Amino acid sequence: MALQSLDIERRSATTTPVPGVRTPLEVAKLIDVTTCIGCKACQVSCSEWNDIRAPVGSNIGVYDNPIDLSPQAWTVMRYAEVEEGGRLQWLIRKDGCMHCADPGCVLSCPAPDAIVQFKNGIVDFHQEHCTGCGYCLTGCPFNIPRLSEEDGKVYKCSLCSDRVAVGQEPSCVKTCPTGALRFGSKEDMQVIAAERIANLQQRGFANAGLYDPPGVGGTHVMYVLHHADRPELYGLPQDPAISPLVELWKGLAKPLAIATMALVGFASLFHYVTKGPNAVSKEIEKEEEAA
Amino acid sequence: MRRNPRDLTRYTPGQRATHWVVGISFILLGMSGLAFFHPAFYPFTMLFGGGTWARILHPIFGVLMGLAFILMVIRFTKHNLMSRVDWQWIGRIGEMVNGNDEGMPEQGKYNGGQKLLFWLLLLGMLLLIPSGIVLWRAYFDFPVEWVRWAAVVHSATAVVMICLIFVHVYAAIWVTGTIRAMWYGTVTRAWAKQHHRDWYRQVTRD
Repeated sequence: MALQSLDIERRSATTTPVPGVRTPLEVAKLIDVTTCIGCKACQVSCSEWNDIRAPVGSNIGVYDNPIDLSPQAWTVMRYAEVEEGGRLQWLIRKDGCMHCADPGCVLSCPAPDAIVQFKNGIVDFHQEHCTGCGYCLTGCPFNIPRLSEEDGKVYKCSLCSDRVAVGQEPSCVKTCPTGALRFGSKEDMQVIAAERIANLQQRGFANAGLYDPPGVGGTHVMYVLHHADRPELYGLPQDPAISPLVELWKGLAKPLAIATMALVGFASLFHYVTKGPNAVSKEIEKEEEAA
Repeated sequence: MRRNPRDLTRYTPGQRATHWVVGISFILLGMSGLAFFHPAFYPFTMLFGGGTWARILHPIFGVLMGLAFILMVIRFTKHNLMSRVDWQWIGRIGEMVNGNDEGMPEQGKYNGGQKLLFWLLLLGMLLLIPSGIVLWRAYFDFPVEWVRWAAVVHSATAVVMICLIFVHVYAAIWVTGTIRAMWYGTVTRAWAKQHHRDWYRQVTRD
């Protein structure tokens, strides 16, 4: 690997082991929804650092802008108005790739090396190897990757793998003015989250908690939520996991299909070898010649 | 050019051309499709100009095969209606495979196995085409759960069809004197008498 800090843990469409002499630290971004003010500085810094400009859209009467993730918008703020205990609550969540420990995109991708998971936990798309099939969209439990209509490649948050590789935090974290975004080792982020959650629970948010869903092996982007018992209030899936259909398609189906095709192919070959050709009998040939 | 005037015509040039379009597109589809199914086959994409070209071309071959297959269905359905004799033939397929075809029930233009293959391939196409459209991300955007189902249905159906085509091609190789029917359209009288006696009687009646 060119950079030790970008040692690879998994490669798409690769069945042999990855280099494994080192086990670097796992990193994580912690998004504290409870201290986010929805200023969108993170959206702007993402656009700046990654040099991507989403086309100017139109305001449809909500704060969400752009309205959704796109090849040029790798993170967007989502604003939910929720009535809780007779009070209106404005739940604001920074949406983007969760960098799953068990990524559905990597499992689905048919192009070797188009998606890699670094040992530090970052899941990164290498567009130069991407064929544009869109299988990662099918595999993702969080609806994150976006297929570009312009170049037929898929894009999403890279957790600023280029910055992290040289010891810097992602640009969104660097920019966040309230400290709602933190970055460091996953372990440290869990400690910080636990302190914050204890504080929230004391202040009346009995269900405050950490969103680090075990169904995808945990994530390298974690949320502190006031209502961790109901992540769907924020537009997050309750128990995200790779779809069983995707597991079947990219799991058992592959060896089973190869075995079946090989069996039929070899059975045909050995049938010929053992039985010989089914030729027209000499008797019938003679009958026809005589006619 | 007259080879043997006593040979029997089994396929017209139009029928042969349609079959070759289906056959060639099937091979191209199989290779480009397998490349996206299992990394072991990913090198097949090189035959199409790389991964992205394989992704672009696969569904276009699919449309081509679909259209040519419709022509085949129109032409051949009437020859492939299953009768009781066909089921009897299929019931005794073991004898046939074992190489003892003397006692098999007499067959018309197609035997029970060929007819069954026709219907299974038709069923396969009816599953492949809609699931393929759902998977065609460049032009369509279906709900993700549909796409997940389509991926399973499309790949499972494709594998079954590849196996069926292995059997189809092998049967043509195994039964000597068959492949020429797809090259230039004729078979010998002896071939017809041995393998499709009922058809032989119909076409030699006069």
